[in-house]
Amino acid sequence: MKQKTNIGADEGKQDLTITREFDLPLELLFRAYAEPELVEQWMSNPYSTTKLLKFEGKKHGSYKLQSADAKGQVVFRANGVMHEFITNQKITRTFEMEGTPYGVQLEVYEFEYVNEDTSKLTMHVIYESAAQRDQVLKLPFAQGINMAHNRIEEILGNRK
Amino acid sequence: MNLRRDVFQAIADPTRRAILMLVASQAMTAGAIAANFDTARPTVSKHLQILTECELLNQEQSGREIYYHLNPQKMKDIGDFIEPFRQMWDERFNKLETIMKQYKSKK
Repeated sequence: MKQKTNIGADEGKQDLTITREFDLPLELLFRAYAEPELVEQWMSNPYSTTKLLKFEGKKHGSYKLQSADAKGQVVFRANGVMHEFITNQKITRTFEMEGTPYGVQLEVYEFEYVNEDTSKLTMHVIYESAAQRDQVLKLPFAQGINMAHNRIEEILGNRK
Repeated sequence: MNLRRDVFQAIADPTRRAILMLVASQAMTAGAIAANFDTARPTVSKHLQILTECELLNQEQSGREIYYHLNPQKMKDIGDFIEPFRQMWDERFNKLETIMKQYKSKK
């Protein structure tokens, strides 16, 4: 079966590419990234609720988000600035997880028209170093469950 | 041999991913692992069984206790953690797609 989401990450490189084809017209796909209420919806899951504390979808705008667990405790904060924000085409932004040693990543999102009902997203993510990229790649194990988030904080805390 | 596919099924489950994360730092008993979850103990046992069967976890007897620890070689086989990363994005994008389809039909 062909996978809808693909990751390209060459060994020893400091970047990676995520590609995905959506059964959505281009305008709807872009809207999911441009309207704060929609971003909050798809970024949330049964274990954590994401809130945008700030969101300026425009060139030189900035954003700030946080995720809370089911008990309302904030487990994750991130922020960044928009370098480019071109409707239905491109978003270039930085992304930084607050209070973590993962540095700042540069993210280039390209939105493409495939046909009337299909669109494609290419996310190019560049990290400060190859080592940092690999650390972030290991993080998804923490996704979804707050306990694991706490666990990661403990582990990282111990390494400081 | 469909072991490889089974490994991917094993890590497709968020609880099982969390278990792997837990034991990544230190070997733990089933009881200690279960204490980290709201899930019923037999459910956690089932998860441990699946993870052990596909060799993501190894069991080690120490006195009366059985400790579970991560099999780093197997984790490496998965592709240096890229597959779980991919699945996380896949789940997130699936959600985006579902929400936007509903959004479209509401308009």
